[in-house]
Amino acid sequence: MIATFQNAYGMAAERIALQLRRLSAGLWRRPALGAGLLLAPPLSWFILIYLAALAALFISAFWTIDSFTGEINRSWTLVNFKTILTSDIYLRIAGRTILMAAAVTLTDVALAFPFAYFMVRLAGPRSRIVLFTLVLVPLWSSYLARVYAWRLIFAHNGALNWVLRHLGFDGVEIGYTNWAMWIVFSYIWLPFMIMPIYAAIERIPYSLFEASQDLGAKAWRTFFKVILPLSMPGIVAGSIFTFSLTLGDYITPVLVGGPGSDFIGNVVYANVGIANNIPFAAAYASIPLVVMGLYLVFARRTGAFDVM
Amino acid sequence: METKFARIALTVWVGFVLAFLFIPILIILVYAFNASNIQSWPIPGFSLRWFGSAFGNQEIRTALVLSLKAGLVSTAIAVMLGSCAALAVHRYDFFGRDGVSFMVVLPIALPGIITGMALNSFFVFWHMGLSFWTIVIGHATFCIVIVYNNVIARLRRVPKSLEEASMDLGADGWQTFRRITLPMISTSLVAGALLAFALSFDEVIVTTFTAGAQNTLPLWIFGAIRLGQKLPEVNVVVLVVMAVTFVPVLLAYRLTDRSTPMEK
Repeated sequence: MIATFQNAYGMAAERIALQLRRLSAGLWRRPALGAGLLLAPPLSWFILIYLAALAALFISAFWTIDSFTGEINRSWTLVNFKTILTSDIYLRIAGRTILMAAAVTLTDVALAFPFAYFMVRLAGPRSRIVLFTLVLVPLWSSYLARVYAWRLIFAHNGALNWVLRHLGFDGVEIGYTNWAMWIVFSYIWLPFMIMPIYAAIERIPYSLFEASQDLGAKAWRTFFKVILPLSMPGIVAGSIFTFSLTLGDYITPVLVGGPGSDFIGNVVYANVGIANNIPFAAAYASIPLVVMGLYLVFARRTGAFDVM
Repeated sequence: METKFARIALTVWVGFVLAFLFIPILIILVYAFNASNIQSWPIPGFSLRWFGSAFGNQEIRTALVLSLKAGLVSTAIAVMLGSCAALAVHRYDFFGRDGVSFMVVLPIALPGIITGMALNSFFVFWHMGLSFWTIVIGHATFCIVIVYNNVIARLRRVPKSLEEASMDLGADGWQTFRRITLPMISTSLVAGALLAFALSFDEVIVTTFTAGAQNTLPLWIFGAIRLGQKLPEVNVVVLVVMAVTFVPVLLAYRLTDRSTPMEK
């Protein structure tokens, strides 16, 4: 009984193997078919779900919501955009988000560049691997854990005030302010800046440093005329992450920002979850979308995608 | 070549950045063992009592199970779709080939609220109630790029001559894939899967738009911190999440660091 079963099973397996072989031979002769079969699942996933969702989002920004029934009114109008552009509050929130994203990006460049430079030029092979791992650990550590850690540090009786008091200063209350948000965002996204700058500096041929020196350039001149321009793709690649991640965040403002520190994301979330006004949320979300779109076009021209 | 002053300044700077990166992580480590239920520094004493309390909490256990399940299912989907896309882009030349890499990176290159909102309005549009599967769809969408990038990076390093040799020796396409290509990319598949799981297990922004009333572990943490409830348990859970994401990431980097069999 078992033998028959095994035999039947074996024959079935053989038949499947034969079919597979025929199929693969057929695919080899017709590459278009092979490409199609491989591409169909991921492409349909992206087109049917993600791109369709993005398109729906974009279209619904031009719709409105009936304030009495809560039903979506599908006639085309620019009223959502008009509300945003004529409202002080919405413009201020958008301005705050974009300014914060820019400030965080600049801070991270300043923190990351010397670090990456050290990794490439001064660290030995062993310590370079150690530094690499030390940057990766926080990159992949839980986002919420790291934001929460700063809440503990900034607390009235937290580690920061403990250190300040022991140094003879007064305690500070920077938790729940824009300063806190600035520090926390710079902290969370810093590894995203170090990695691409490292990759960019590493690609600069050593001979260029020497050539610059041989031709009589002082250290700072070598830095500004040779190193900095050549590491620009890395800086831009890192800034895509720091800028986009800050623009799209609304958790950090809730957890460490104070009253009046709302981001674009907070308004969007409130309109989706609470007010159920998806058309307005979509219109407001198009601000970071447009900003990032312009930024990506600019970034492509600097060659940033090669070091990502 | 750098002057002595520059060397010292750079070394000090590296020390400063490392301290900045790791002090918060150490703080998390210490607070998890806080004997008191008051969150102040320095902690009065060490205790394991909040570990018991956190693991005994039904809400936390339910959230953990949901996160693990969502992570596993979305990783499985991401591995299949990501490796299909990588193989197609590597092996074939077709119209719009460069667009594929751009498309798969979009869900993480665009701000998180956009991806979350877009998926949310998509589900609402089709009258799909928010469920386990909407969480999975969201997570799989932004995990695909992780697998795709890992696999395509490996495929580019595998010499094409290996596959040609296999075919010349009489193997058909399936045998070549099974015996040559798959073993060559297997570690990159595992590494991609581990990183995708870590990303899914920790994600919060997109999930807030796709989870509805359910709590994944990050959503539970977010709610508890915001409301200031169960903070001693939060300290423990946050440490556990960090450990759970850290192990697969470390494994993944060990797998990618190793060169392909050919280069050994």
